[in-house]
Amino acid sequence: MDSKLLPNLIAFLEKSLATHAKPEALNWLQEKKQLVQASETGKELYVPFSAAPRYVGKVPLNLTSEELEEATQLRKGFNPGNWTTDQLARTILLLSLPSEEADTYSKTILKLFGTADMGELVALYAALALLPHPEKFVHQATEGIRTNMGNVYEAIALHNPYPAENFTEAAWNQMVLKAIFTGKSLHKIFGLDERSNPELARMLSDYAHERWAAGRTVTPELWRPVGPHINETIVLDINKLFSSENETEQEAAALACAQNNYPEAQALLDQHPLLKHKIQEGQLTWNHIGRKAIVA
Amino acid sequence: MNTLNMKFIDPHIHMTSRTTDDYAAMQKAGIVAIIEPAFWLGQPRTELGSFKDYYSSLIGWERFRASQFGIKHYCTIGLNSKEANNEALAEEVMDLLPMFICKEGVVGVGEIGYDDQTAAEDKYYRLQLDLAKENNLPVQIHTPHRDKKAGTIRSMEVALEHKLDPGMVIVDHNNEETVRDVLDRGFWAAFTIYPNTKMGNERMVEIVKQYGSERIIVNSAADWGISDPLAVPKTAALMLEKGISIDDIHKVCYQNALDAFGQSGQMKETDWMENTTVDQSEKLFNNSILRGGQTPTIGELKTNPIFDSNIIR
Repeated sequence: MDSKLLPNLIAFLEKSLATHAKPEALNWLQEKKQLVQASETGKELYVPFSAAPRYVGKVPLNLTSEELEEATQLRKGFNPGNWTTDQLARTILLLSLPSEEADTYSKTILKLFGTADMGELVALYAALALLPHPEKFVHQATEGIRTNMGNVYEAIALHNPYPAENFTEAAWNQMVLKAIFTGKSLHKIFGLDERSNPELARMLSDYAHERWAAGRTVTPELWRPVGPHINETIVLDINKLFSSENETEQEAAALACAQNNYPEAQALLDQHPLLKHKIQEGQLTWNHIGRKAIVA
Repeated sequence: MNTLNMKFIDPHIHMTSRTTDDYAAMQKAGIVAIIEPAFWLGQPRTELGSFKDYYSSLIGWERFRASQFGIKHYCTIGLNSKEANNEALAEEVMDLLPMFICKEGVVGVGEIGYDDQTAAEDKYYRLQLDLAKENNLPVQIHTPHRDKKAGTIRSMEVALEHKLDPGMVIVDHNNEETVRDVLDRGFWAAFTIYPNTKMGNERMVEIVKQYGSERIIVNSAADWGISDPLAVPKTAALMLEKGISIDDIHKVCYQNALDAFGQSGQMKETDWMENTTVDQSEKLFNNSILRGGQTPTIGELKTNPIFDSNIIR
């Protein structure tokens, strides 16, 4: 993000940390921060970045809704709701590193990725959207999506504006498909609606068919990015959902139809006036489905 | 399996070589925490990157994998004795170690020591002793298979020469011939229950009968060879059967390992006492340990039906 905004962001992170960490830990961080700020090679970052949990602990922040609102005001999509104290301290250190030279800066950060443990990976990926020169980390983040560590994947894909702002369509589509494949709630993906696309809709429909062939179900949230791209093939899936005995699947079908003007989709929606009415009245939304569809 | 209803720590086990069935069985048997020392992989590495990725896997993927079975995973990081003999590569590895030894959950420098007792092994063993001392970390020593007694004594003499506190050094793979020298010098004496080459369970019982439970530690060193990841709980069961007190068993199969490696500040009982249930719907189902269609477990892993049967339905 814009480096002029960094001081405000750091101030917010420090304020959040101050309520959870002891004065000695905060002093330690201040001291290391100053060393990192003056660092020419980035070397001063490595050890304190690793050692952060030893000083500030790993306490969940449990931020209030006001604090979360402040976060998103500072940076659109920034949601540290699931962050821990070590993550805050690590992010403060990352943001303190001199960043005028994009290549030097990114080289240092990428070196951290190369030797990171599980907690460090979570901190690094979750901080990506806050870092200067975000374009330098697209390859790393795309690699990160291939991880099999659930918490690392979540740090990139959920509550993080970085993928929506930086991923290619192919990488984005893989990320969304993997979210479904691994049972995440799609409504936690920032920019899900804005980045929906016909190719993703096709992949999701194919995935549903694969699951159905094996006698399994799919999360009703799957149809959210499909809705805007209903065509003559996908409309058959929607029809199938409407005839499901599962109420949530019927609701998902109606919501998908309401997302575009494809005539056959509109006709299907008209056959379900109650659901149509609920959508028009705002009583039925995708977020409602998302909360209901916590995958077993 | 855990008929004793006791908790165990296996402070030497190479889980990267083991399957999830092992993790499940270990958890059922009462193992709550393990330490995975960095070792050689059965054949020598030829590139620095292989070391880097191996160390990364110990603090990343393997830690995650263990967590999915309710087991806390720690590791020791070091250049093993066999590969110290490739001096050009060993030099590079020495530059890499400082990037890893202060990571979270790294409870020592290990496993290091002697294999053939060559000059190169001696050089890198000494350098790593200094590294451990500078960073106030415990040391996990691998004692040689051949010329064992002399090699064990030499390992300790060199550690003392480098001013290490014997209380910070765990000497591993002991037997009847070495235990007295190790205990007399004030070091921790670890025993590996390993079929054929190292200690057997019955012999271990006799050692505890003779030497007591002070500074004695039992481990499995299970790896890619014929070995048993349940060696610690099985030995505990045998000890109980042979009349060794619960208190002594607790010490050699749990507390001593915690006291020794806990000196790193990276391993605390609360790490596993405060979080005894697993939520695989949050974690495990969201990654590929369970592939599509497998059932996640929430709560006590003991009730998980997937561990009782591997038949794919």
